[in-house]
Amino acid sequence: MTPDVRLALAPFDPAAELAAFAALHPGAGGIVTFLGQVRAGDGVEALELRHYGPLTLPGMTELAGTVAARWMLDGLLILHRSGEMQPGEPIVLVAAASRHRRDAFAAADFAMDHLKSDSWFWKREKVAGAWRWIEPREQDHADLARWG
Amino acid sequence: MARLVFLGRLEDVAGVPHMDCPLAEPTALADLLLMLPTQLAEALQGPRVRIAHNGVVTEAAGLVVGDGDELAFLPPVSGG
Repeated sequence: MTPDVRLALAPFDPAAELAAFAALHPGAGGIVTFLGQVRAGDGVEALELRHYGPLTLPGMTELAGTVAARWMLDGLLILHRSGEMQPGEPIVLVAAASRHRRDAFAAADFAMDHLKSDSWFWKREKVAGAWRWIEPREQDHADLARWG
Repeated sequence: MARLVFLGRLEDVAGVPHMDCPLAEPTALADLLLMLPTQLAEALQGPRVRIAHNGVVTEAAGLVVGDGDELAFLPPVSGG
């Protein structure tokens, strides 16, 4: 199984991506997906994700390899945006297909925890016309620590 | 010439996303930092800032930068 890992520099269509992923894995009994999107409200006008070419996609590919080695999966998709996004736009899509649902739930959960606080992205949001950088929350580090 | 790349909030401190630094010879990171504005040099040496040398994450201690090298300064990450 070769994971599908992509860094998207333009908006993507999560429904179309998920339909294509499901069609590729008819033998999987279940597919768990996580879609992260730009939260509307709190005065946030825009969100920007930055990446660093030499590290970001290679790091995501390494993460996918770790996930694929740890759980029995039929397929794994990790798709992460970089660039400026508007509220409601998708940021990240993770999909894990497996024969049994437990592996798929755990794999998607693990992948998301590592994308949040252990991957090469930097995030800032625009509130009232001013940009400010966002650093990981304590909860993000606690989530990561669960995996040992 | 070496290229310095500033990620995340370090870009705001530097005022630019990257800058080219003239190097007459291979230069220790500590000496290279002396060529930068004090406030920027201090931010780049923050305890949570990691460094990638030509695309490979490395330790700051003992790092020597050569002509054509790229040095990226990486503050704490936040994705997803």
